[in-house]
Amino acid sequence: MEILVILVPLALMLGGAGLVAFLWSLRSGQYDDLDGAAWRAIADDEPPQEAPAKR
Amino acid sequence: MHVTRDFSHYVRTAGEGVQHIDLAVEGVHCAGCMAKIERGLSAIPDVTLARVNLTNRRVALEWKAGTLDPARFIDRLEELGYKAYPYETESAEATEVAESRFLLRCLGVAAFATMNVMMLSIPVWSGSAGDMLPEQRDFFHWLSALIALPAAAYAGQPFFRSAWRALSHKTTNMDVPISIGVCLALGMSVVETIHHAEHAYFDAAIMLLTFLLVGRVLDQNMRRRTRAVAGNLAALKAETAAKFVGPDEISQVPVAAIHPGDIVLLRPGERCAVDGTVIEGRSEIDQSLITGETLYVTAGQGTPVYAGSMNISGTLRVRVSAASEATLLAEITRLLDNALQARSRYMRLADRASRLYAPVVHATALITILGWVIAGAGWHDAIVTGVAVLIITCPCALGLAIPTVQTVASGAMFKAGVLLNSGDAIERLAEADHVIFDKTGTLTLPELEVTNAADIPAAIFDLAGRLALSSHHPVAAAVAQAADAKSPIVGAVEEAGQGVRATVDGVEIRLGRPSFCGAEALIGRATLDPEASIVAFSKGAEKFVLSVRQGLRPDAHAVIAALKMRNLGIEILSGDREPAVTAAAHALGIPEWRAGVTPADKIARIEELKQRGAKVLMVGDGMNDAPSLAAAHVSMSPISAAHLSQATADLVFLGRPLAPVVAAIDSARRARHLMRQNLWLAIGYNVLAVPVAISGIVTPLIAAAAMSGSSILVMLNSLRARSASREVV
Repeated sequence: MEILVILVPLALMLGGAGLVAFLWSLRSGQYDDLDGAAWRAIADDEPPQEAPAKR
Repeated sequence: MHVTRDFSHYVRTAGEGVQHIDLAVEGVHCAGCMAKIERGLSAIPDVTLARVNLTNRRVALEWKAGTLDPARFIDRLEELGYKAYPYETESAEATEVAESRFLLRCLGVAAFATMNVMMLSIPVWSGSAGDMLPEQRDFFHWLSALIALPAAAYAGQPFFRSAWRALSHKTTNMDVPISIGVCLALGMSVVETIHHAEHAYFDAAIMLLTFLLVGRVLDQNMRRRTRAVAGNLAALKAETAAKFVGPDEISQVPVAAIHPGDIVLLRPGERCAVDGTVIEGRSEIDQSLITGETLYVTAGQGTPVYAGSMNISGTLRVRVSAASEATLLAEITRLLDNALQARSRYMRLADRASRLYAPVVHATALITILGWVIAGAGWHDAIVTGVAVLIITCPCALGLAIPTVQTVASGAMFKAGVLLNSGDAIERLAEADHVIFDKTGTLTLPELEVTNAADIPAAIFDLAGRLALSSHHPVAAAVAQAADAKSPIVGAVEEAGQGVRATVDGVEIRLGRPSFCGAEALIGRATLDPEASIVAFSKGAEKFVLSVRQGLRPDAHAVIAALKMRNLGIEILSGDREPAVTAAAHALGIPEWRAGVTPADKIARIEELKQRGAKVLMVGDGMNDAPSLAAAHVSMSPISAAHLSQATADLVFLGRPLAPVVAAIDSARRARHLMRQNLWLAIGYNVLAVPVAISGIVTPLIAAAAMSGSSILVMLNSLRARSASREVV
């Protein structure tokens, strides 16, 4: 049962990391536009010929 | 005179040398639009950020300070085919956004704690049956406490605060039994852990908070989305005023940037966006949005004008007395305040349920404790059993029963073109059994239309439309729109207060007053409609008469019939003249109507119906309707309504048809049915679970399973509100 000394803190750390990641994503506004994010994932990349005009 | 567009009011400085503006954009609804707009705007040199928010239908733009004029972005979006206008976040919306982030943070913390406590609880549950040592169990309980207590203290804040508010006002709401349940469950678990007991309820308490927070977040999101859409619509109305910045120079500035004391120019065909007094000029003004009266009023020096009035014929200079939001008639303000106080007394279904629920549950727990003591059990065991009753009856499913349905139903209404201003509007709308319509702007369309277009040869009508394009008069604008005219006639001359004339192929054509076109003789023959404005058109010796009026909404007749079929009482209360109201009532088959009523009369009529026990739905748009919108049990406004009415109404519907009224009533009724069903499901679960809890055989495992089971059942049932029927009328 000594393994608990490692496993329990490990589990809590992983959970805590998840929580921190969530709070960070919330703070950086990733939940502000859920509809848009869904579409952006499948949007085509910019066609190459337009790229020079942009940058 | 020189006119410029000035949007500097909306530009913010965002960091070093970068300026920021938010634009509300109309018609963005897919990935294609998003990419097109972002590319189109990024292509402008010096733009550093162009990002579309598809949920709010807004674009955030940043550029190097001093290099670009915001008007350029609006023009660019226009070229791309989108109407856009700068958007300024109202304080109400900012609060909603902050609140929603706070709730999400609470939910994140609670969900994290639930998962970790559950990870510790499952070994305890399975270990109890096997060979787990009491020391190990205690260790796991202490770890659970370490996670659950701080998490509950943080994530429980929305409930604790609301419960405290209710208690300090000497009322109760749903959050009171929730808070008591959570605190008792945690407190008892700590005591049990200290005494090395077998059962602790950390998992149940924190899971309860998680489920309830899901309900809160859903509820909040619904309100936030509605507010964002309403904010955009207000911004896209693009209310500006021509403000004098010099003796002879005017600048087109947004209404938000106008202050009392400024002088603005009101041209023919413009809607006034501020309250003020005429200091120069003579004109006729249409105050139908304010009083419901469709006859024009003559305005001269000293005449007060209110936001929402339309200037018809001459140009006016107006000294501003109050800018957009503060624009009110004293009488309407007073009536509105009284009516709103009455409104706040409505008790939501959830609160009514909890008012019955809390005493019953707390009494049951007390009886359980006393019962066990009388039956010979020790005080400790009796109290543990009593708290178990409280935990298992904690209104988890009850807390989800209403917000989940509301969220799903408001989504369905949103698709039907109805926006909700208040969360409990669905419940109140479902109860409505009497509908009062305002006439002007509600049953009729706010825009003018040509009623006898069919009697006029198409070629002539076309020509009249093209000529009308050269005039600013609202009636001419209606003719141009009805004829779908695109190209104005070159060389057309407008004679103020008379009409427009031009020469085409050597023949003179005129559009305007009958006397201007020499068509007085025709007026007698035309069937005179009391509400219509008559304009004449002449081409050489040929003369025609056009009758222009506010037409009924295209589906008004069908909607009234549909409402009758649903056994709703219908009547018209209008500030307009008797003949006009009578004509509309006859055309629509509405048996009851009152004309020429003042705002106070409207409220009196609503009170009279209330006395008789009717639940009144008021549908109106004018500023004169605002107090009665607030006084009615539930209220709706079209999107074209005056600011004040729109802010007061519980629901706002979009577009030209009236059908959303019926659609909203239908989905509200369906939603209420589901809410009741959910409440019964939650109560039914308690009826099953409570005897088990009283008998004292509830383990934390049973509590956790029962709680999540009932919550999921309620959520699934709520999803049925999605399948609202399509055909509404």
